[in-house]
Amino acid sequence: MSGTYLGMPSFPKAAKDAVHNVTLRANLRHATHTIRDKRAKAVAELEDWALLREAGKQIKDHTLRHLDRYLEQLESAVTAAGGTVHWAADAEEANRIVADLVKATGESEVVKVKSMATQEIGLNEALKAEGISAYETDLAELIVQLGDDRPSHILVPAIHRNRAEIRDIFERKMGSWGRPAPDGLSDSPAELAEAARLHLREKFLRAKVGISGANFMVAETGTLVVFESEGNGRMCLTLPETLISVVGIEKVVPGWRDLEVFLQTLPRSSTAERMNPYTSMWTGTADADGPRTFHLVLLDNGRTGTLADEVGRQALRCIRCSACLNVCPVYERAGGHAYGSVYPGPIGAILSPQLRGIQSEIDVSLPYASSLCGACYEVCPVAIDIPEVLLHLREKVVDQGGKGHRLEKTAIKAAGWILDHPAALAAVEKTASGTRGLHPGRPPGAGAWTADRELPELPAQSFRDWWKKNRT
Amino acid sequence: MSTETGSRDRILARIRAAVADAPDAPEAARDYLDSHAPDDPAAILDLLHENLADYRANVHRAGEAELPALVAQLLAAHGARSVAVPDGLPAAWLAAADVVRRTDDGLLTPYELDAVDAVVTGCALAIAETGTIVLDAGPGQGRRALTLVPDLHICVVRAPDQVVASVPQAMPRLDPTRPLTWISGPSATSDIELDRVEGVHGPRTLEVVLLRD
Amino acid sequence: MRVALFVTCVNDALYPATGIATVRLLERLGVVVDFPAAQTCCGQPQFNTGYRRETVPLVRRTARAFEGYEYVVIPSGSCAAMVREHYPKFGETALPARTYELTEFLVDVLGVTDVGAYFPHTVTYHPSCHGLRSLGLGERPRRLLEAVKGLELRELPGAEECCGFGGTFAVKNSDVSAAMGQDKVRGAASTGADVLCGADNSCLMHIGGILRRQDAPQRALHIADILASTEEEPLL
Repeated sequence: MSGTYLGMPSFPKAAKDAVHNVTLRANLRHATHTIRDKRAKAVAELEDWALLREAGKQIKDHTLRHLDRYLEQLESAVTAAGGTVHWAADAEEANRIVADLVKATGESEVVKVKSMATQEIGLNEALKAEGISAYETDLAELIVQLGDDRPSHILVPAIHRNRAEIRDIFERKMGSWGRPAPDGLSDSPAELAEAARLHLREKFLRAKVGISGANFMVAETGTLVVFESEGNGRMCLTLPETLISVVGIEKVVPGWRDLEVFLQTLPRSSTAERMNPYTSMWTGTADADGPRTFHLVLLDNGRTGTLADEVGRQALRCIRCSACLNVCPVYERAGGHAYGSVYPGPIGAILSPQLRGIQSEIDVSLPYASSLCGACYEVCPVAIDIPEVLLHLREKVVDQGGKGHRLEKTAIKAAGWILDHPAALAAVEKTASGTRGLHPGRPPGAGAWTADRELPELPAQSFRDWWKKNRT
Repeated sequence: MSTETGSRDRILARIRAAVADAPDAPEAARDYLDSHAPDDPAAILDLLHENLADYRANVHRAGEAELPALVAQLLAAHGARSVAVPDGLPAAWLAAADVVRRTDDGLLTPYELDAVDAVVTGCALAIAETGTIVLDAGPGQGRRALTLVPDLHICVVRAPDQVVASVPQAMPRLDPTRPLTWISGPSATSDIELDRVEGVHGPRTLEVVLLRD
Repeated sequence: MRVALFVTCVNDALYPATGIATVRLLERLGVVVDFPAAQTCCGQPQFNTGYRRETVPLVRRTARAFEGYEYVVIPSGSCAAMVREHYPKFGETALPARTYELTEFLVDVLGVTDVGAYFPHTVTYHPSCHGLRSLGLGERPRRLLEAVKGLELRELPGAEECCGFGGTFAVKNSDVSAAMGQDKVRGAASTGADVLCGADNSCLMHIGGILRRQDAPQRALHIADILASTEEEPLL
């Protein structure tokens, strides 16, 4: 993944600031609770939700099991329909391919549809280094790009911003990127959306190269699918002469009919709608309709490594709906930036360490960024058992040892010995109870607990002692 | 052998190694419902009407004879003076409208389309449960840019022929080799505080006419 | 009927009153209670922190300690979930099938909801995540509380949201954990209830620790403590 996030502090450190940022907490709480309730209603409309969820899971599992076959089939279908397929083993190679394709058109600017894959590889930065300007056209991505900020949510990258902050960013920054914000811009969402429409329209109309990702690719037909709401996607996919789509290899599904499952589960899980306003489906190039040249860049970048892990591979089922973020109590308080990745929230906590490897400070801490409450698994439309994968990754972190885990391991081993010897346990309990008047209110080392909480008072006797005296 | 060819082979080899010992994963069981709506054309049409309106499309019903006047009235109500006309649109639909017709010869540039006030089209089909109309660039629909750049889209759906109840019923009737655009209400965004606002880049007004055959 | 009580290490060392209440409650309902002395900890803290190898001896010990009992009753949702959900991964399948969380045992096995308790206070109930999602306890705890004489049950806003304890999460991510707990406590305070009740003392240790830090008038109590309370021997 991109170098942008290397050197991120561990999750607890990054989350500490967010937790104490009153504005951020209020923004996140308002947004996540709004969408949470709407999603529950949209899902409750479908009596066969559980069956759709199971079908989605099975389609993805089946595809992943035969991923080589379906990718080869996809490649043939796209090629037959007039497209060109490229394969990129990592971010660097993908960026190289895209930059060369843009340069071959002679253009120095591109318009982009919101895409997780291109964020993951840091495409905008790579293009900038080659003298190519990439304009984000999704409203939230525009807010992030103008604000020189980082995305904090999969669906709503500017979820951490409220309307007043967005108005300020538009007023200050739109002018230096193109058409300035209208005079007297208010903070009503309708006016802000109108400002974005005017600012971006000139870019859409003159665009010669569009760059996108895709939500799905159909192996059988070579069809790519993009779900969106604003119409910026349609603009980028339709008006330019050249279209380049960068898509993770796990986004393929076998057949046309498979889409009927995700067309029902993705919008309801994501924006909590029966259907999102616009979904575009295209197969290669079409005569006199849309781009004359189409390139598909298939991206690995850590996915085959994830596929090799028998527990962790289920993370590749993810359809990027972000329902897990919206229900997560940790995400709600820590915010997306603390996850140090374009993939925040519960899915990010299992996806980022797998795609990047469990090495950096942030990736070692992500599997622990959860209270294991299970709300994420409950809402996941492809039934990714996120708590199960978190536990699995915690085992990997422990197995590789390293900073912070040596001391913990010693303590766990010592406790393990006592717990395996009930007589020793009884003695420890007796000593603790007997000397409880001598214990300081906040014993050393308990700081992480006692900063905001009292410790429980030690009882006069353990249950074990009571039982011995009263029932034997 | 280029680097890319090398990457293709390397990625495929890594996939094969990764799943070599993975358990069998059979094709999906499709136990979900084919439809959630009653098997009654009138009820399905009402559901389509209701769901289109729920996502802020303006919905009208008309017979063939009333259609030209309705289209003319809708264009006038929005102050539209020019209309993009896709190839194959029945001439009668625009017969009563006092507008400049920009017949699409495939050569209208994005800038020219941006100067057109409205577009009138038919569709491939409509899905009642989700309040969706699907365009497939067939006769009377035009290329994708035509229904994207102008700010007003008037779409005529033939009922009951073009109306299906559900997404699973829509799939076999669509041809994936054609460019498809699924439209559920006018363009919208939820990017500001997750509150839905209608009208961003696509047509900000969507008028749907349910045409009785 | 004879059952084995798996009191859990947290209750044994820190909340013996809950263990005692469980014994009195079950005995009052005519159940003979055993306490196999070889029991210690189910292994959940180790397992949830990634120490699978260190979990194994505790799983084996627990499985052996409760061999031969038809019913094993646990007054803790998360420990019951550990046994039910994760012991099969260690090859232990017999114990999970015989393990019951306390409210499950009362409602499903004994078939009672009115256990003859008396508790003249206002109560709000927090359904901890393991009870809610892993065990699917559903309405059982609330039905038991609603049948308690004198007790007025008040709806907890955001009841299904995690309190932020999460085992070692509470110390590894103490800031987020405390923020979650503080929101939980705010919701509980808005009910005006005298008591915040749960079925998991580890969550209540966290919630109660925040209540005491804030000098809040509300008390955190385990459901067993309330169900054991009678007119003859009232708890509060």
